[in-house]
Amino acid sequence: MKCQRCDKPATFHITELTGGKPQELHLCEQHARAYLTESESEQTSGASLAGALAQHLAVGQTAEELARLDQQSCPICGITFFEFRKEGRLGCPHDYTCFQKELEPLILNIHGESQHVGKRPQRSPGNTERQTELIRLRREMKEAIQGEEYERASKLRDEIRQIEQAP
Amino acid sequence: MDFTTLAGTSGEWLRGAGPEADIVMSSRIRLARNLADFPFITRANAGDRAEIERVLRERILAIKDGGPMTYVDVNKLQGLDRQFLVERQLISREHAEAEGARGVVIAENEQVSLMINEEDHLRIQVIQSGLNLDNAWQTINRIDDLVEQQVTYAFSDKLGYLTACPTNVGTGMRVSVMLHLPALVITRQIDKLFRSLQKISLAVRGLYGEGSQAMGDFYQISNQITLGRTETDLVKQVGDVVPTIIDYERKARDFLIRESHENLHDRVSRAYGILRTAQTISSEETMHLLSSVRMGVNLGLIHDLEIPTVNKLFIYTQPAHLQKITGGELDTADRNIERARYLRRLLNKEERGGDGVNQN
Repeated sequence: MKCQRCDKPATFHITELTGGKPQELHLCEQHARAYLTESESEQTSGASLAGALAQHLAVGQTAEELARLDQQSCPICGITFFEFRKEGRLGCPHDYTCFQKELEPLILNIHGESQHVGKRPQRSPGNTERQTELIRLRREMKEAIQGEEYERASKLRDEIRQIEQAP
Repeated sequence: MDFTTLAGTSGEWLRGAGPEADIVMSSRIRLARNLADFPFITRANAGDRAEIERVLRERILAIKDGGPMTYVDVNKLQGLDRQFLVERQLISREHAEAEGARGVVIAENEQVSLMINEEDHLRIQVIQSGLNLDNAWQTINRIDDLVEQQVTYAFSDKLGYLTACPTNVGTGMRVSVMLHLPALVITRQIDKLFRSLQKISLAVRGLYGEGSQAMGDFYQISNQITLGRTETDLVKQVGDVVPTIIDYERKARDFLIRESHENLHDRVSRAYGILRTAQTISSEETMHLLSSVRMGVNLGLIHDLEIPTVNKLFIYTQPAHLQKITGGELDTADRNIERARYLRRLLNKEERGGDGVNQN
């Protein structure tokens, strides 16, 4: 396959997901670099930096791998990796665990480090599993209410109360 | 909150005091925090947001040893009032323009603000006059401890405080200083300075206006990295570079005084003259001229004006403040007339109140 902008062979296959429809781009190395730095320089804030870097991550992945990666979703908040790449914002604290493999190179790229050494909450943060469980249960309850499954919703509400009131 | 009263006062950080206040306008630190048991803002629906807003508002206002606090329900405010808080740097532009339940707690004479439901559930901010980063860090650290006694933050041993955007993860801390660098702009050395700061991973942006051309020659320097360093290291990283920049700016001012004293004095006097006599003036031109006047006061070229007055004018001539003072919504043309009227009133009053020796 030839580069879309010149006659060299296309070695980079980029799927642009920022527009309305996914757009396939096939470029040689030189044009791919120009394309990526161009879209990066337009974005200056931290959030879009993350977005731009997340786009970067996708370079060199085959379309198939990328599609699989994009479809992964967080079991707690429901955000897909595709939505994160598009917005540059995560959906809940658990995303850092469930997208760990994908986020690690991104975080290293931004900060040059991957281990926190600063301040810690004075109180023990308690059971984080219990906290993220609450996010999931609240979401499920809302879905149940929307789907008019009131019996399920009331069961979920009881579960939420139980966790909230536990010491 | 009574905005008309607020419009009559000015924030503590504008008082123009503190170390190096002729060049360092303010020192600011913010911390990004999230509750552990709610989704981040992008995945939070209206109900979640309302609940986050309620929990944080109630818990923060319950803090006893934090001194008097004011809560502003940003969602219920008129557009003009939101803009007013942005101009005063109590909330961010994004927070003003967002939708749904959100608010801000203001404390310690406007030096402290806690934004609820910004990009993260909670953004704590401390602003102080002059170069005062260590003090700002002690203050914000204490406030963060007080809030943390009331809520459970999203935190991981490995990644620290978890934030909606991975660029803030770890300490969640942005340390910044606002610098007034007119001489580096005049001598065209500012771009060189930016490039060298970027190399040591510090970010530079203009205070007002869009793009790289900062209005009023104000530039904000801040850390980009938030993970893998301690908070005091980050304070030091930004704080350490400031004396060098101050030194560059002072050298550039000395150079201008030495090599083109008449040109510099002329520039300052003309700026002052226009501000005191104009009949209609845009916000942009005001900022530009105030910058020359501010430098002129600091260099002793203007004797009958105080720095706090100039600092105040930078804020009070912005659109929302101007409309608050004059008491009604105005279109651009009327704003420009009112702005000129306000400047004439304040600057000519100052002249009578000051020693009045130098009439230029």
